[in-house]
Order: sequence, then structure tokens, then C-alpha cells
Amino acid sequence: MRDIFTLALVFSTVRLATPLLLAALGGLFSERSGVINIALEGLMLAGAFTAAAITHYTGSPWTGLTAGIIAGIAVAAIHAVACIRFKADQVVSGTAINMLFLGMPALMSGALFASSGSTPQIPKDDLIPWTPVVIAFALVPITWYILYRTAFGMRLRAVGENPEAADAAGISVNGIRYTGVLLSGALAAIGGAYLSIGQSSLFTRNMTSGRGFIALAALIFGKWRPVQTMLACLLFGFTEAVAIQLQGVKLPSGDEIPNQFIQIIPYVLTIVVLAGFIGQSRAPRALGLPYLKEK
Amino acid sequence: MKSLLRELVFPLVAVLAAFIVGGIFVLLIGDNPIYTYRLLLGSALSWPDGIGYTLFYATPLIFTGLAVAVAFRCGLLNIGAEGQLIVASFAAAWVSIKLGGVVVDVFGSPLNYSWVSLPAVILLPIAMLAAILMGAIWGGIPGFLKAKFGSHEVINTIMLNFIAAALVSYLTQYYYKIPGDPILQTAPIGTGAHIARLGKFIPGLPERIPLNIAFLLALLACVLVYIFLWRTKWGFEIRATGANPQAAEYGGISVRKQIVLAMAVSGALAGMVGINEVLGFRHRYYEGFSPGYGFTGIAVALLGRNHPVGVLLSAILFGVLIRGGIFVDAFTDHVTKDLVQVLQGVVILFVAAEAAFRGPFGRFGLLKRSKI
Repeated sequence: MRDIFTLALVFSTVRLATPLLLAALGGLFSERSGVINIALEGLMLAGAFTAAAITHYTGSPWTGLTAGIIAGIAVAAIHAVACIRFKADQVVSGTAINMLFLGMPALMSGALFASSGSTPQIPKDDLIPWTPVVIAFALVPITWYILYRTAFGMRLRAVGENPEAADAAGISVNGIRYTGVLLSGALAAIGGAYLSIGQSSLFTRNMTSGRGFIALAALIFGKWRPVQTMLACLLFGFTEAVAIQLQGVKLPSGDEIPNQFIQIIPYVLTIVVLAGFIGQSRAPRALGLPYLKEK
Repeated sequence: MKSLLRELVFPLVAVLAAFIVGGIFVLLIGDNPIYTYRLLLGSALSWPDGIGYTLFYATPLIFTGLAVAVAFRCGLLNIGAEGQLIVASFAAAWVSIKLGGVVVDVFGSPLNYSWVSLPAVILLPIAMLAAILMGAIWGGIPGFLKAKFGSHEVINTIMLNFIAAALVSYLTQYYYKIPGDPILQTAPIGTGAHIARLGKFIPGLPERIPLNIAFLLALLACVLVYIFLWRTKWGFEIRATGANPQAAEYGGISVRKQIVLAMAVSGALAGMVGINEVLGFRHRYYEGFSPGYGFTGIAVALLGRNHPVGVLLSAILFGVLIRGGIFVDAFTDHVTKDLVQVLQGVVILFVAAEAAFRGPFGRFGLLKRSKI
């Protein structure tokens, strides 16, 4: 068991925490403004697919990443318009987007690459294995600064806590909320792109496999604050890294630990965390409520 | 009459919009949308194969649609129907193997999987009950977690979906798979737990079509859910909780109890998919049998306005899409059956945005849910 806890595990933890952290920080901007973003999963998938497809065509991961971000913003715009303009139920709208982008990349890869749901392999030289990691962790202090030290951050928090007061103070509630949701699309898309052109070398069907939801759990666990959210993401990344390390490890009895038990560790942990066994957290007060201007 | 018309107009608009958006995608992908849709509807509505299979695919969707609808009526979104139907299907298979006198020939020697061999009159009800109970338990867990700790049912049900799939996969792989079977599936269930195909009773419907008695159970479930929600005290309390939890609490209703009850009933309904799948069709648990029936149930419930009649109609519509999708996948150049997934997403999006046309707080008190 000893040789499991090595430097490799630290790197592995950081790399596995990266997509979670990017999506969770994205979720932070959306939810701090008062819009629930359960669509993180779909946003990541949109980013992952677009980045892989464009990198395949252009041979440039930077073009791919940029395209992925644009796709993420475009998809987030659907969620934003549904929730803000049309006052749709935010959870239902998010669910719709998740479904849409479970099917959409598969449909498009069928048309573009004549495959059932994956893009062609991208050569190793065209991958960006570390840049998104740096971006993700650099974004933690940046997000903290924006949130607590800039006028925009102050407005974002005000809109999420008390939109009436913010409106009375002359802040455009819906304008701030659009910005928050679109930012979440951009960040979650980078997280997705990291999966397809960073960690692996192609997009595969449903490659996020629930990471968007785990990111959301990390955001709640982190009490909607950047530094705590990062710690939560590292914890989830760590469990995933340990799970990978444990694959094929023999117990003293000589049996292998069944793969299925290792796979469920992050999911069980999420439930335990949400049940508040590891600290309660309080949501932004206006989270989930569309803003109705007084007539 | 006027209100009935209004009830119908928006779902129809949503379906039409989804088909238009889907058509644009088909066009962009490089196929002919009119040909695609004609193929889709033609293959789904022919007699007897088209209609038989369409209703067969609609059966699990009626169950999951009702499941999601009952939870919605209580102000809860059950995204966990998928996990609930997986554990329930496995439970139905497990009971029918353990109590069904199953002996399998493995490389020339008999392998006994059963404790006893019960007659069909006892085995069949137990197997059905196992599916329903296991579904209720798996649905009740997130209900309990929400009632007790206030943790959000949406994330918990999604996590439980992953956990359900892993646990059932583990049990199948290590304990109930026949040695040497290359497919991840359990041993066959005892023949006493089989339920009859409708082809046996309906002239003109060949028995090779797997539409079975579970479809009739699904119709019965629609009636029972209607009676439960609108004619019983429990149902009233669930709806009161969904409409306004604060008012319900002041009125002496235990909101926490209703949350657990609604989620358990919801899980039980989702679990009934196991009756169709295991007892009526494959006669074993087969890993990955569900193409997302639990998730499609959300679209079915929303489009059906969380009413049993609406659920029935929209389940049949989605049955058409699944059946037709298979043909579209095979007989068009580029379009795959993922088109169905996209259509589902667009339908939900349109139905979700309907709140704008009905006042901000919707019809189901959804916006008063707990925070995510």
C-alpha cells in the first residue's frame, strides 16, 4: 500500500482536479449571481467536443480551445436566455441542456467523422496537457480578487443575495446574471476541452461521466467560495487518483478490489458531503429565483 | 373545454418546435429532413411491427414518466429514475433466479443458481413486488436525505444512478453471470416468473413482438396514479407540498414525510420497468438494457404536464421516436439515433421556458425548491 502515496499521486490529483475546478469556478460565477447551473455537465461536453473537433481540423489546440470556449459561451447563452429572459425553472433548463449535449456531439461526430460518438485521434504534439492546469489554479486567486475586490464582483454577489436592493442601487440585475452564466459557459468549456485535448487525445461519447455534477457538489461543499471550492475539487481529484491507483491492487487475501467499488468512491463521497457530514453551507439567498422587476 | 385546449396547445407547440429544430440539424448534417421524418413515422406506425414495438418501447416510458410526474407534483425533480429502474430490474431478476429453480448447464455439468423452485402463482407476484420495493427503496434514499439533511435530490439522484450501475454490474459480473458467458448478463430467470406476450391474445399481432402484459400494467398504473394523487389524502398532501411547502406545513402537513413518500412512490413506479424488461422481455438482467428510459421519463412527464393522461400520450410519442430512431439510424446516410436525444432536450427546454407564458412561479411550485 505504501508505494501508492507518491509524488505521482500528487500530480495525478492535480490533473484530475483540474476539470472539476474549472467547471466549479464557472458554476461559482453563475450561482453567485443567482442562477443555478446544473448544466455544467452539458457545457463541459460542448467544450470538449468542439475543442477536439476543431483541433483535429486545424492542428492547433489553441484554435481548438478558443472554439471550445466560444461553444461553451453559446450553449450557456441558451441556459441564460431560458432562465433569465423566459424565467424557466433553472434546474429543468439545465437538465434539458445536459440531455441536448449528450446527444448533439454524438450526432455531429456521426456526420463529421462517420463514427458513433467520438472524434479521430489527435497527434500527441497537438495536445495541451498542462496549460489548462495552470489556468485552472491561476483562476482561483483571480476569481477571489474579482469576487471580493472589484465592483463587478460586489455587484455579482449583491445580485445573488438581494436582487431588489441591487436593482434599487442601480445595478442591472439581469445584465450581471447574463455575464455570470456566460462566464460559467466559458470556464466549464475549458474544463471540458482539457478532458479531450489535455488528458486524452480525442472526444468520446459522454466523456465527462458526471464530472459536471461532481464540480457542482464541490462548489456547494466549498460554500460558493473560490479557495474552499478549490480544496473540495482537490479532495475529489484525490479520491479519483487513489481509485485509479487501486485498480489491480491485490488485497492481503489475494483478491483484487472489484473495479466497481473503486469507481463509486467519488459519488458516495459527494452524497456524504451534500448531507452536511463535513460542514453545512448556505446558498446565495436569491439562488434559483428569477428576478421580477416591481411594476 | 377551453382549459383542456390550453393544456394541449403548449405541448404540441413544443413538439413541433423540437421537430423543426431537429429538422434543421438533419439538414446541416447533410440528410433530407422530410425523408428522415417520413422514415421515422412510417417505421413506427406500421401494423403490426411498428405499433407493437412502439408500444413496447412506450411501456417503460409510461412508468418512468409517471415516476417523474409524481415527484414533480411534490416539487421534486427525480433524475434518478434510471438508477431506480436498474436496481429494481436486478432485484426482479435476482428473486426470479433464487426462487425460480434455475439450473444451467455449464460445460456439460449442471450449475444450480436457486434456493427453491416456487410455482408461478407465488413466484410471479414476489418478483413483481421485488422490483417495486427495490425501486421504492432506491428512490426513498434521496427523499430521506433531503428530508433529513436538506441535501438536494437532483445531485443525490444523479450520484445514486452511478452507484446503482456500479453495484448491479458488480453483482452480475461476480455472482450471477454464467461462467463463460461473454455477455454481461445474469443467468436466465425461472420460467415461472415469465409474463405473457400480448401476441398470445391479440389476433394479427405476432408473438415475436415483445409487447407484453407489462403494457397493461402501465395503463393500470396511470389510473392508479390518478386515483392516488387526486382521490387520496396522501396524494392531496403531496400536491399541497409541491404547490406551496410553507402553506402545507402551516396546514399541518409534514413536508418531510411527503418528500420521502413522493420519492418512494416515484422510485416504485420507475422500478416497474423491471417487470417489462426482465419478466416480460429478456427473462434475465442484461447490463445496459436501458437506453436512458429514466432520463426520457423527465421529458415524458414535462411534456405530459405531470398528469397520467398526458404521460401516457407523450410516452407513446417518445416510443415512436425510439422505434423510428432505430430505422433512421440504419437507413439514412448520417443521422444517428442520437437525434432522439436532441429532440428530447429541445422539448424539455421549450416546456421549461413555458413559465414565461404562465406567470413566474409556474404551475408546480418548482421555484420554491431548496437551493442547489
